Parts: sequence; C-alpha cells; structure tokens
Amino acid sequence: MHTEFLMGNEAIALGALAAGVDVCAGYPGTPSTEILETIAKRNPGNVYVEWSVNEKSGMEVAAGAAYTGARALVTMKQVGLNVASDPLMSLEYVGVKGGMVVVTADDPGPISSQTEQDTRTFGMFSKVPVFDPSTVQEAYEMVQEAFELSEKYHTPIFLRPTTRIDHGYASISVKEPSEYKRTNPEGFVKDASRWVIFPRLSVRNHAAIEARNRELSAVFSDYDRNFIKEDTLDQSACEAKLNPSHKRLGIATHGVNYAYVMDACQDLFGEEAHPNLLRVATPFPFPEELALKFLRGLDEVLCVEELDPVIERALIQIAGKYHLPVVIRGKQTGDVKPSGENTVDSVKENLRSFLEKYEAGTKAPSNPSEDLENAENPKPALPVRPPVLCAGCPHRASFYAVKEAMKGKKTIYCGDIGCYTLGNAHPLDMTDTCLCMGAGINIAQGAARIEPDTYAFAFVGDSTFFAAGLTGTVNAFFNQANMTLVVLDNSTTAMTGHQPHPGTGSTLMGKSVKPVSIEKVLRAIGLETVEIVDPLDHEKSVETVKRVSEEPGVKAIIFRSPCIVRFKPKGPKSKINPDLCIACHKCIRELGCPALILEDAEALEPGAKPKAKIDVSLCTGCTLCEQICPVHAISGGAKNE
Amino acid sequence: MNRGIPVKTAETIGMAQRGGSVFSHLKLGNGAVGSLIGKGEADVLIGFEPGETVRHLPFLKKDGVVISTSRPIQPVSAMIGSSEYRVNDILSYLRKSAPNLTLIDSEKALQEIGNAKVLNVLLLGAAARSGHLGVSAEDIRNALRERMPEKLWEVNDRALEYPLG
Repeated sequence: MHTEFLMGNEAIALGALAAGVDVCAGYPGTPSTEILETIAKRNPGNVYVEWSVNEKSGMEVAAGAAYTGARALVTMKQVGLNVASDPLMSLEYVGVKGGMVVVTADDPGPISSQTEQDTRTFGMFSKVPVFDPSTVQEAYEMVQEAFELSEKYHTPIFLRPTTRIDHGYASISVKEPSEYKRTNPEGFVKDASRWVIFPRLSVRNHAAIEARNRELSAVFSDYDRNFIKEDTLDQSACEAKLNPSHKRLGIATHGVNYAYVMDACQDLFGEEAHPNLLRVATPFPFPEELALKFLRGLDEVLCVEELDPVIERALIQIAGKYHLPVVIRGKQTGDVKPSGENTVDSVKENLRSFLEKYEAGTKAPSNPSEDLENAENPKPALPVRPPVLCAGCPHRASFYAVKEAMKGKKTIYCGDIGCYTLGNAHPLDMTDTCLCMGAGINIAQGAARIEPDTYAFAFVGDSTFFAAGLTGTVNAFFNQANMTLVVLDNSTTAMTGHQPHPGTGSTLMGKSVKPVSIEKVLRAIGLETVEIVDPLDHEKSVETVKRVSEEPGVKAIIFRSPCIVRFKPKGPKSKINPDLCIACHKCIRELGCPALILEDAEALEPGAKPKAKIDVSLCTGCTLCEQICPVHAISGGAKNE
Repeated sequence: MNRGIPVKTAETIGMAQRGGSVFSHLKLGNGAVGSLIGKGEADVLIGFEPGETVRHLPFLKKDGVVISTSRPIQPVSAMIGSSEYRVNDILSYLRKSAPNLTLIDSEKALQEIGNAKVLNVLLLGAAARSGHLGVSAEDIRNALRERMPEKLWEVNDRALEYPLG
C-alpha cells in the first residue's frame, strides 16, 4: 500500500484495476470521464479499455466480457444511463458470470447535465444493487467490494458517485500493482437457457431476482458501510434544559451528504458530537433491518439527501410496515430543498431548523459575510460569467455563417449536446432547441412537418453524430424530411476533454485506426448534397448555406475546422488598427468572442467612444473578425505560421 | 502530503476553459470529513481575478487572508452590455472588506518574471509567505522540484519569491 493524491474518478479506476478488471468501456460525460482515461494511463498492460461509440455499446461490450467470466467495468454519466438502459434492464434478468460494475456518475445541481435524475432510483427500477460512496477513499474500496458482490450474486452492480466524489481529490492509500487481483476467465460456455432471453427465462429469473434482493437487504444490514452512529450529544443536558419536549431525533443521510452532515454537526455542536445518525451506503436493496433498528425509539428523523428522496421513501415504508410512531422529514415535507446541490451551509441550515430543540446548546453561528455588507461598503454588482465558446472556436464561425445566410427567413435551429450548445448564448442566439444526444435531428423533422415553410436546421457535433445522430439521419432520409443537417466537425469530443471517437483515427488503446468518414456515411445513407466547408472562410460558408438550404429533401453541410484547444493554432494574432477602427463595435456585438474587448474607458478623453481591441493572450488568429469588419481595421491574423 | 498532512479538495471542472467562473476548495488536516468549505470558514482565499475574488469572499473567515490579482478579465457578457463590470468599485470593495489583502498586479509581475504560465505559483508563493497557508514557500519549492523538469525550476523560483509591494 502507498498514499496517492487522487481525484475520485482516478480512485475508482485504480480500485477497478486492483479488483483485476479485464475489460473497460464507456462514453465520455461529465463527471464520469476521468475513470476510463485513468484506466488507460495506469493500465498494467493486461486490461482492454475503449471509448465506445455510445453508452449502449459500452454496456453491451462490458456484458459480453462478463459473460465469459472476465471482470468488466462500464462508465457513463447519469443521462448516459438512459441510452444504456435498454441492455441493462434485460441484462439484470440474464445476469453475468464475471463481476460487472456499472459506474454511473450523478450530477446534483445539475452542474453540467440536462437532468437531476438519481441512479439510486434507477437501481430500484432495474433491480440492480447500488453502492453510494461518501468519500474518495470509500469509492476506491467500494468498487472492489462491488466486483466481489457482482460475481457472487451474478448481477451487474451500480457504483454511483456524485460530482463532489468524482471530482474531489483526497490523499488516500492504494494497493501496489503487485497486490492487484488476477482473474482467470473460463471463457464463454454455451447455454441457451442462460444467455438467451425469452419470456420463460424472464419469469423464472424475475422471481429469483426478487428473492436475491430480499437476501441482499439482509446482507446489507450487516455491511459495515451501512451504519448507525449513536447520539453523542450530551443527553442529560439536552433532556434537562435544551430539549423540553424530550423528543428523540435522528438524521439519515448518504453519499457526500454524510460528509456535509458530519462537518455541519462539528460546527453546530463541537468535536464528534451529533444526534442519532443512519448512513446508507447501499440505497438498493435497502438495509431494512438496520433501518428498523435506527427508527425504533425515535420520534422524528430528518433525511438529508440530494436528487430523489430515496432514503426518505424507504424509511416511510419501513415505519408503515412496522407501525412505528416516527415522523420522517426531508424533501417531501419541504424540510430539505427539492432540487439542486446541497452544501455544508445548506445542510447546516437544515439541521439547525430540525434540531431547534437543541438550539441553546449550539454554538452561535458566525456569518462574517454579513458583517462585510453594510451601508458604507455596499457589495458591487458582479458580472455574470457564464461559459462561452472559446476565442477562435470554429463553432462560432459556423453559427454566424448560418445566421447571416438565413437573415430574414423563417427558421428553426435545433441544437444538440456538446460545446456547441453554447451557441444558444447572446449574441449568437443560434440554438432554439436542445434536448438530449442526437435529438435535434429528429426534432427538426417534427417541427417542419407542422410548419413546412420553415427552414429546419439541425446542428450536431462529430462525436454526437456517431453516438446518436445516425438513426435520426436515416429517419429523415427514409421519411423524406425537408431539412439541413449541419455537422460541426472539430475532429474531437471537445466538451468532455478531447476523447477519440470513430472519426478521429485513434483509440483509447493508443492505436491508429482507419477513421469513419462522416461524408461517406451521409452519402451511403442516400444524401445527394453533402458539402464540406471551412467555417473560418466566412464568405464561402454563407454562400454554401444559402444555396444548400434551398435544395429539397435532406441535405448536409459539414463545417470542418479543428478544435483550437486540441490543435493549438501557432500563427500570428489579429491586430486592430486604432486609426481605422470607427468604434462601431460590430465585431464585439455580433461575434461575442472573448478575445475582443473594449478599450479602457477611463483612459480615454471624456466623451470619446472606446474602440475595440484584441486580447492577444486569447486571440488565435482565426480571422473571423477581420472578415466581418466593415472598415477592414482588423488584420494580420493567421491560423498557421 | 510530503509533511504527512491529509489533503482534500473539491472543484468545478470543464467550464474554466470556456470562460466560466470556477473554484477549488482545499482542506488540510484531519478535522473534516468532506472537502467543501462552508461560508465564513476559509483561512486563505486565492483569487485569479478580482471580480471572482469578490464572488467567493463569503467563504473567507473573519480576518482571513486574501491574495488576489488586480487585473480584471472582462467577460463577454460585460462587453456586449448584458451585465456590468466596474473594476474600480470591485477593487475598492475588496480593500474595505478584506483587511489582510494582498493585491498583485499580475500582468506586470508576470512580465518581470518572464513567463505568463507561472501565475499559479506566483499567487501560491504570496499565500505561503502570509504564514496562514499551513505550508511554507520552501515546502512548495520542494514539491515543484519533485514534479517539474529542471529547466522550469528557475522561473518558478522567481514566481515563488516575487517581491510584493
């Protein structure tokens, strides 16, 4: 064993390697991405790891490996699980031979996701057991325990960290590679009664799964990561003075919220003092016997959870089943906020109002931020700082070209998932819809069915096109839709950190492979018009959009220019000649490029209008602003030396 | 970690590259279970941009140390007029609100040091010399030497020891 400073996702990867994982697959998605990247980086040499085309593919690759007796890991973000839910729902009925762990990273907030869905609820729905770690160290150990359990009970297991575990770092102790478990897969053994799903198998296995989950509930009641911490507040003091109603109170919590509760208690009551506490590390199957022990004798319980009220519902059910006179509070009673991420402060507030009977015993809360704000020192307005497309991003040029070309026409711009979702922001305003991976292509078709006089556009990135855009394009062509498909091809999966995809010509194993050609795929589907343009050639881009959008049927424009973060341009930056600039601000107003800024107004003569200037630390020399400046005051930029 | 102190952090990932507001919380020592810091609890606040320093000021404890650059980075929202950024108001608020404040003219400092990429070490050095970081400038120098090729040592040393006005 040795100590390493690891991100939660790195810890999960090292935990899987320590458990002797043989095959790893997944699709990138915040906050899950670094798990597979770490497997690839720390591969002891015997592990196969891939970025699959989407989560469904990854789930099926992992299942196939687990059918042979090998250990398999598949990773995704929570909405990725929706894509992979079809194979997973059936896989639970069929089962596995080797251990299989499905890591689904949930994102309370949501910080970078479409939904606040809860994989604990998905576990209940799919009948797949769920592990919910509270710390980075625990995530490392739990993934190993999950593999053992999976193999013993022949079921896939969820490990569901949340963003603060995935992207939190901690110094933790990990095994040496020499201590890693070695598996010895038997290989696939033909047995149609086991591996081929038919109604007869389903009804038989369904019964077996329900019995197994009842057994697991008992097993989890003894699992030492599910635990009760007895009340350590000074009972006599509380009973005598501070808790006149003599109510017995408890807190039930999970995941990173356990850390918030402990830290909040420390602040409210001092070192190591807390009320009765239940920590649930396996929300499904729920450790009923342990929870029953916790609930007996309590008057009120507060459930501190993020996302769904999973523990709250389970405790209500148990209280009902055993006729316990206990009040269960939480999200459903309005005692904990229904959505968004919890913090130490929000949990402290939840505890304070729940434990108001202890109030006299709590330390007076200090809130210096309030001290700061007074009449003599009013807090100034802070600028909003939402994420924007990078300076020099080719997506900006693509959106701007379509916007210019379609000026005055009735349009619908259906966007998709990726950096280019940021095209919705002012001043581009070029994303009218965004739903889920690949949806824009079909939404454009549906909208145009009702309004045939609308020019329907679907914008999709290269990685999203392969992950979820192919079926929508075939649907459009087959059903003779009238739409323009715009593929924003920056030759990488940019938003999640530049993972390879089928069009990039490399894999996570580091191999060079023949790339899948987007234009050949489109032509093979049957599209007759497939034009490839460099979006940074503004005039040609506008002309192409004008011409192609007037053609009947399904047609495609591929805007191809590499991501500037991945392929850093080395050419000279653009310069603005202040003698020519007329301070019209068109470049700033229409492009919203972070490299275009205004002169410092305070340094100017009174009344003078500030001119545009270029932040050379950000400019990439993309020349888009040069091409749209009405007085040609900007020049000198170039992508290459 | 070299001194055997447990370390925990929490941060937002991904949005920084795209011009968003990001933070990282860091805890040293045995006390805490979680890595997020509550309001009014931070000993030291290091800001890479004055507006962002003010945004995160509520996390600082009373009389906590603030190390911040004084150079604003104007967001696109302010350039196109959908939000306001008055730098002088923000700097004067910062001066009044944080008694233990060190403001660094990062553009000037980095020009003198000769490398724009050592801003993080510049700010870390200033924080270490405040005496409230829990680690010394010497600890940081040693850790950097373990992790960096020798050719980068000198420029990082200059950033670490950059004289503050």
